[in-house]
Amino acid sequence: MKVLFELFISFFRTGLFTFGGGYAMLPLLRQELVTEKKWLSEDELLNYFSIGGCTPGIIAINVATFCGYKLKKSIGAVVATTAVVLPSMIVIILIASSLNKMATNQSILHIFNGVKIGVAALLIKVVYDLGAQIYFANKRKLVPAVIFLCAVSGLILARLSAVKIIVGAFFTGGVLTLLKRRLK
Amino acid sequence: MIYLMLFYQFLLIGLLAVGGGAATIPFLFDLSAKYDWFSIKELTDMIAVSESTPGPMGVNMAVYAGYKTAGVSGAVSAVFGLVLPSVVIIIAINKLFERLACEQFLHDVLKFVQPAVVALILSATLEIAKISLLNTQSWVILVFMLVLMRFYKAGPIFYISASGILGYTFGL
Repeated sequence: MKVLFELFISFFRTGLFTFGGGYAMLPLLRQELVTEKKWLSEDELLNYFSIGGCTPGIIAINVATFCGYKLKKSIGAVVATTAVVLPSMIVIILIASSLNKMATNQSILHIFNGVKIGVAALLIKVVYDLGAQIYFANKRKLVPAVIFLCAVSGLILARLSAVKIIVGAFFTGGVLTLLKRRLK
Repeated sequence: MIYLMLFYQFLLIGLLAVGGGAATIPFLFDLSAKYDWFSIKELTDMIAVSESTPGPMGVNMAVYAGYKTAGVSGAVSAVFGLVLPSVVIIIAINKLFERLACEQFLHDVLKFVQPAVVALILSATLEIAKISLLNTQSWVILVFMLVLMRFYKAGPIFYISASGILGYTFGL
């Protein structure tokens, strides 16, 4: 019961301070679940984003369900997901009625413009941390570097969708893993 | 039964939209054309508000669209529809993995997927940088935040609040 309550609080806080798409949630989840509570490893959290990014539904919800399930099975999944959507419900319903006033309120716009920069800074740090961690954890450094570069060029040069990138990486990973086993 | 319709339409979105919240946008445009729930103009407002208010963008848009169409119960129906497929599918995937006992194989494969996910986070970073780094002050704030993170350890909520205060002070 205590764990479920803590799970709820962690995901409520994450939902409340996530600005933007699903990946903006990663710095917050890392802090809550990996650094503070130590419920998940860095690897597990990243894997949930891998799977959640290419299964039906939006990433934020998929990842919340995954984390909740890992801790407390189905009931944990439902609690985490409810907690992550609740702040949206409250905030949007509160402002939707007074939206025109809010959208033109200069001070609120200034705050949100600042917040976006903060989110960008947090994401830069996450990319740096995870990139370094994956690079140094691997014995073969060339393979992850090549996959990373392929993904970046696919996204930026070929303008492929994120889903295609993940599915492609799963396929490549599957083939490479099978080959590795065959060679052993 | 407007609530059932909202639930059903968002259930389809939850089932068919794959990826970040932005993946739901094309579906919302379809909804706007098919029903008189909200106009295109309202939808563009919705996207702008959903991006800059607390909460994951996809969830925010479902709440907003549901609320605009049928009040608080409409918002609840839409979100319930959006969330249900994810919860069912992810739980099913977990059960399947447990039964197949292919954890080692999956673990090995995911090792290869991780660098690609880092690339996706990088691309999300560039997207948000593109809409937030519009002038010299915003670059100064970004550099300041990065230096602050390096020398003053705190949780993400601290840095997000601090950058909000800076945005207000600088009048971004």
